[in-house]
Amino acid sequence: MTRRVVVTGIGAVAPTGLGVAEHWRNTLASASGIAPLPDAEALPVQAAGQVRGFDEAAHLENRLLVQTDRWTWMALAATELALADAAVDPLAEYPFHLSVVTSSASGGNAFGQREIEALYKAGPRSVSAYQSIGWFYAASSGQISIRHRVKGACGVIVSDGAGGIDALAQASRLIRRGSEAVLVGGTEAPLSPYALVCLSSQTTLSRERDPARAYRPFAPDAAGHVPGEGGAMLVVEELRRARLRPAPTVYAEVAGTAATHDAHHHDCAAPDGRQLARAARVALTRAGCGPDDVDVVFADGAGDPAGDVAEKSALAEVFGSRRVPVTVPKTMTGRLSSGGAALDVAWAALSLHHGVIPPTVYEDRPVASGLDLVTEPREAPGLRTALVLARGSGGFNAAAVLRALADH
Amino acid sequence: MRRSVVTGIGVIAPGGGSREEFWQRIVGGKPAIRRISRFDPEPFRSQIAAECDFDPFAYGLTPQEVRRMDRFALLALACADEAFADSELDRSSLDHERMGVSLGSAVGSTIRLEDEYVVASNGGKDWVVDPTHVGPFLHHALVPSSAATELAVRYGAQGPAAVISTGCTSGIDAIGHAHTLIQDDEADIVIAGASDAPISPITVACFDAIRATSPRNADPEEASRPFDADRQGFVLGEGAAVLIVEELEHAVARSARIYCEITGFAARANSFHMTGLRPDGFELSEAIMDAMDRARLNPEDLDYISAHGSGTKQNDRHETAAYKRALGEAARHIPISSIKSVIGHSLGAIGSIEMAACALAIQRGLVPPTANLTTADPECDLDYTPGVAREVTVDHALSAGSGFGGFQSAMVFSRLEGK
Repeated sequence: MTRRVVVTGIGAVAPTGLGVAEHWRNTLASASGIAPLPDAEALPVQAAGQVRGFDEAAHLENRLLVQTDRWTWMALAATELALADAAVDPLAEYPFHLSVVTSSASGGNAFGQREIEALYKAGPRSVSAYQSIGWFYAASSGQISIRHRVKGACGVIVSDGAGGIDALAQASRLIRRGSEAVLVGGTEAPLSPYALVCLSSQTTLSRERDPARAYRPFAPDAAGHVPGEGGAMLVVEELRRARLRPAPTVYAEVAGTAATHDAHHHDCAAPDGRQLARAARVALTRAGCGPDDVDVVFADGAGDPAGDVAEKSALAEVFGSRRVPVTVPKTMTGRLSSGGAALDVAWAALSLHHGVIPPTVYEDRPVASGLDLVTEPREAPGLRTALVLARGSGGFNAAAVLRALADH
Repeated sequence: MRRSVVTGIGVIAPGGGSREEFWQRIVGGKPAIRRISRFDPEPFRSQIAAECDFDPFAYGLTPQEVRRMDRFALLALACADEAFADSELDRSSLDHERMGVSLGSAVGSTIRLEDEYVVASNGGKDWVVDPTHVGPFLHHALVPSSAATELAVRYGAQGPAAVISTGCTSGIDAIGHAHTLIQDDEADIVIAGASDAPISPITVACFDAIRATSPRNADPEEASRPFDADRQGFVLGEGAAVLIVEELEHAVARSARIYCEITGFAARANSFHMTGLRPDGFELSEAIMDAMDRARLNPEDLDYISAHGSGTKQNDRHETAAYKRALGEAARHIPISSIKSVIGHSLGAIGSIEMAACALAIQRGLVPPTANLTTADPECDLDYTPGVAREVTVDHALSAGSGFGGFQSAMVFSRLEGK
């Protein structure tokens, strides 16, 4: 019998708040975390989703603050919050039955910038002993594994904005192969001066100064996207184990995932959205359902005209003339790269649990986008199946189908 | 269960710019390690490295590609071209939606990121850097999955694609990921491998800071000494290997030449320390035993072990203990070697390069030696194949990897029955 995978814990460290309760409360209040960037005059990007009120010292011992980057601080804090939400104590588990899978796109970039600066200003002897473990993409998975005594297979996946779902897919493979629980997700902290410059080479970045108008997916005059920091970590478990414990909350089942690549051009996605549509169809097939079963789509929401057109084509290809509710709650956070899809999966799980679709939030939300775009929190008591779509720059596509449990 | 096999190999390693040159280099046991030539290494503690003499244009890469990509991505593309040609896959008849990409890398575009930073920050002086002074492809450099995109676009691979970045086990884990995608019917072909080009001032400095690399600057060729009593650390390297990993029936149907089958893969974490290793090798031994179980092998079935063998004091001891715990008495009779003695430690790439060596050892009945192993270390008392390659019929080869973060991985390649 196939081992089924369920989400039992959510830890958000996001522009929408810290911890699952605050994150959901701010979501329902349509409280956007996109704000002007300080000292951005010289930069092409003027606004970003920013995590506010995050006191890393409240979550982490001093040793970790010194050894790791802000991106890892957020991953560690999100993990701690997710474990508490799931009521899982890793120290009470058999360590080889637990795994960690994170996604990262920009690693410990602030840490790295500081140490390169030290090297060029003051020479090799001034480089931190922690540079070798602070900036590389595996730092968060490694530190989580050490902190929580996780000794099963660990993973680190890079596929930019698709990474959060790709990590979830890997967690599902591990659980099907025998893992009991996986700490999975992604965070990103790309607001260091140098990382912002790196992000600025993307042509799809919004140059708009007004935070309420900077990132408007599916608007006819969409200006591009804004970046952001943060993300989410989840606890996913094998279903029977979650019921036996019992887990305080079984938010949803991870019923199917899929990944494709456009293989179109090194710098831009295919205009037809065909591979995005295929990812959605394959994920639905793996979940044992079809497009008609989908009650809500958490769209990728590129926010640039070409990306939005491709996604609308994909939705049309999958759903035909049916107007399925579509939402882009990341309009409250900006695009968090690896953290983004992880947070979208969290939103979808919360949505199924509470029977409410979270809103798409920005000024002048279009009435005639051709989509049933959910712009206010929408009560949907029969909500059962959510499709989450994600794309990473270069042409990565990923889809996840989350489903409320029948007896829930 | 769907089975996966290796049908193509491409390698660029120090002292060996192709699969054949690489093989000759490692079986010859002559280290390709020298004083660093890319920048002046004088200020650094470790001034040596295993460098590739890699001219991307000689591999048919275009000026646009060279301008766009970091060295690690160029190495990956050049290796993938060799592997793809070796597999004799016919692009015109492929089902592109069933072809994926799994590329390992520990540090991605680190050279490009550092070089551009130095320019944009006025030689490291300005914290807020000037965006007008950087090249147009810096987002590609920041996010290493851009290299997986390059591979996907080059071969029209529309299946799952990702970069696997688990530090120094990335190379094994990326092939393991490909194996999993094939087992789970997510793809029929995966372009799988790893690449790293970390020989840059910041990387050399960061390993200097923890004294992980060898300071034996006076005689570079003798600096990488896995399992030797006088070992003083690893020698930084660069390179790449790409394997074409294919579902068995798919390969058989097109009468592909099959190097070997991927019969076992497992990973563990030690949850101990980001860089430190406990001497007992417990978690690595667990990974090895799991990989052997999945391959349905007993310890005495193994004919070769490609060791992680980085040449640090703690690794070689840790690893020796892991082999003894996992394999028992049989560990004493299996030829083991570390090709890092010849081509250095290319971080995430080396795991895939070592898997390529295992595939070639199975095909050719020859085990590459460990160079520079001249003085026995009482704590490393297994058969590490010192100095000279050995003729051995290799039906089953194990490779182990151990890396920062505490990650431990093991993989088994086996000769396909009847081949």
